[in-house]
Amino acid sequence: MLNFSRFKIGFILTSLLIFFYIFIGNFNFTNKYKIFLDKKVNLGLDLQGGSYLLLEIDINPLLIKKTQEKYNDIKKIFDEKKFDYKNLTFSNNKIQFELKNLSQKDDAINLANRAGKDNIFLNNNLENRKKDFVYRIEKNLIILQFSDDYIKILKKDTINQSIEIVRKRVDQLGTKEPSIQQKGDNRIIVELPGLSDPSNFKNILGKTAQLNFKFLKSSSVDKENIGFEKIKNKADGSFIEVEKKLIVSGENLIDAQPGFERDTNQSIVSFKFDSIGAKKFANATKDNVGRPLAIILDNEILSSPVIREPILTGSGQISGGFSVEEANQLAVLLRAGALPAPMKIIEERTVGADLGEDSIRYGLISFMTGFLLVFVYMIYAYKLLGFFANISLLLNVVILISILTLFGSTLTLPGIAGIILTVGMAIDTNVIIFERAKEELMVEKSNIIAFDVAYKKSLLTIIDSNLTTFIAGIILFYLGSGPVKGFAITLCVGLITSFFTAFTVNRLMIAKYIKNNKDKLISF
Amino acid sequence: MTNFNFLRYKNFFILLSVFLIFFSLILIFTKSLNFGVDFKGGTTIELRLEKEVEIEKIRNSLSKSKINNFSVKEFGTANDLLVSTDNSVSANDIKNFLEKDLQVKITVRKVETVGPKVGAELIKSAIYSLILAFTAIFIYLWFRFEWQFSLGGIVALFHDVLITVGVFSLLGLQFDLSIVAALLTILGYSINDTVIIYDRIRENLKKDSSSELSILINESLNNTLSRTLKTSGTTLLCIVAVLIFGGEVLRGFAFAITFGIIVGTYSSIYIASPILMYFKVKRDWSVKIDNTP
Repeated sequence: MLNFSRFKIGFILTSLLIFFYIFIGNFNFTNKYKIFLDKKVNLGLDLQGGSYLLLEIDINPLLIKKTQEKYNDIKKIFDEKKFDYKNLTFSNNKIQFELKNLSQKDDAINLANRAGKDNIFLNNNLENRKKDFVYRIEKNLIILQFSDDYIKILKKDTINQSIEIVRKRVDQLGTKEPSIQQKGDNRIIVELPGLSDPSNFKNILGKTAQLNFKFLKSSSVDKENIGFEKIKNKADGSFIEVEKKLIVSGENLIDAQPGFERDTNQSIVSFKFDSIGAKKFANATKDNVGRPLAIILDNEILSSPVIREPILTGSGQISGGFSVEEANQLAVLLRAGALPAPMKIIEERTVGADLGEDSIRYGLISFMTGFLLVFVYMIYAYKLLGFFANISLLLNVVILISILTLFGSTLTLPGIAGIILTVGMAIDTNVIIFERAKEELMVEKSNIIAFDVAYKKSLLTIIDSNLTTFIAGIILFYLGSGPVKGFAITLCVGLITSFFTAFTVNRLMIAKYIKNNKDKLISF
Repeated sequence: MTNFNFLRYKNFFILLSVFLIFFSLILIFTKSLNFGVDFKGGTTIELRLEKEVEIEKIRNSLSKSKINNFSVKEFGTANDLLVSTDNSVSANDIKNFLEKDLQVKITVRKVETVGPKVGAELIKSAIYSLILAFTAIFIYLWFRFEWQFSLGGIVALFHDVLITVGVFSLLGLQFDLSIVAALLTILGYSINDTVIIYDRIRENLKKDSSSELSILINESLNNTLSRTLKTSGTTLLCIVAVLIFGGEVLRGFAFAITFGIIVGTYSSIYIASPILMYFKVKRDWSVKIDNTP
């Protein structure tokens, strides 16, 4: 294994050159020159400082809302058609009612199918492409339920919409290179590099921002069939009765800006509806001059102004005793739109920039120390061969860093620890080969044969031992988030590069040396 | 080449290890572990004070604030504090409260908040990943060697992991996700040592089918001893550098690996290899195709 074709030598040297080229781009001094790559290793949040937030979407309120809508539609159509039923109720994602006469079951299903827009009920047993609801019949009880497919699609739509809105909100607040990605089927990871105080983001990301305009209950107007609900008033915490009927919602907003009201010098948010919203608002205000309106954000009444005149322009303002910051936040939330379902922050990890800098420094110091110790030890243990091993060790680190740069992997503090461990481990490959050569030299006089046999016999041993560590590394990659993942990456890549350097560059150097010193006694 | 009789005291070492494992298990089940925020949920906040303030004063001050069930301890230097609580609180609120109450400038260096649900999930994924690692290594060794070897290797790994966790329990060191990462690394390193020795045992078994197993194992241990010590030595040099210079963040992690490498090296020699004698290792390797290239 000591012979290299010219082609192989060329390959080794070229690949080394390429790695060096990429590696060197990581240093600041090369930025001045255009010929170097302007690509650097990504530093993890624990090294450059920043915030990691994990958000979880709760789909249940949305399901309940959808069920309720369907329930309302069914009730309406049943009453219209004077259909005979009793005990129509809904809970979570289930609607049920009893038939007085079982023969009417087909009529019931047909009517339910026509209720609302595109929800279609189908029998549980029927395989059909589109089914939002499924029904089953127990004696005279009919139970309607969302189908699993529907829930799956709803979940997918919800997370996609939520990611869009989270992105808009983060963009509105402005931070450099935020990353937003989906995790599982109901979670979103938000990474905000360089941010040491995420409280602003946390306030905004956890809000649903559902804005509704409804009328307060008033005794003078007494239309039938309008339900009422009690909603908390933000100003004094009391509960006020509000009509269930929606005038217009935040969906129809096209703009929202924070500002001041001149008279009271209060922070306000002014908003503008799109044409549909403006029309709805105009119609409602025209007929209800003198009535108080409730502006409701996430089930809390912000303010309840009295309509003084019809608002036809589709713009208005919300005052709710905001601070300047609150007004800013509300404007951001309204511009970005409401989340389809409520969201909670379930994990947060924030590292301040100065701790990050400290970590980089500690990482570098421990790396240098570890490297130096190994360097000295190898020369002590293996003399010139040890020196060769050290060179390949150095190359190993260069290749490792350039691979991380090339693939845009993230370097974390445990990742640096992984590189340091790789230094210790990379030596192992050399130690195994050298120790084998030592043994072979006790029975074999020729240096060339001894080293050749040593390389051959060590190869499988090295593969076996590295693969087991590799297995652990891959499992680590899947276990970990952020910092731990960074460790797994450097550990695994380090194993590959140490194998590569030992069997290419290092072997090349040693082969040259042995061939030039065929008969010399090799000292260990 | 060394010529130690490693197997002479094998019973003593096996007993010692059995005792240590037993002791660790008792500790883990009675004293339990000092779980970090990753696993038990809650918030930890690392604060840096501009000037030193007595920790008692900070405790008193915090007890006036709205957080409850908290603990405060020094973190590295006297100016750095770690405030932990079992629910999620706003780091900024605490910072502002303390700054006002103690009249000292404070910077928030690090915040970690983990909800109870996430904590439970992290425990689950940590346990799964350890089980998965054990299984994967077992299967790999089984394919590459014989079942006796893979069993011996796995016993040694259980030994290493249990004793390392035992030490964390004994010293009350914080046990979080990074320690699980360290345990997985220890698995990788310890089995690495074991594989190198097993590889040599197999080679010697193939060469010599008549000598007694104990002699062959002992010979193999001596063959590989120099490599075992040198590799463990260089790896230790590196990880001790991290332990000393790597800062508070990496301390627990580096400690676990340092300890694990020592235990792992010991177990490769004194547990994984002697145990083969009890498993009736196959002696006739003649039919087997030679694996070495």
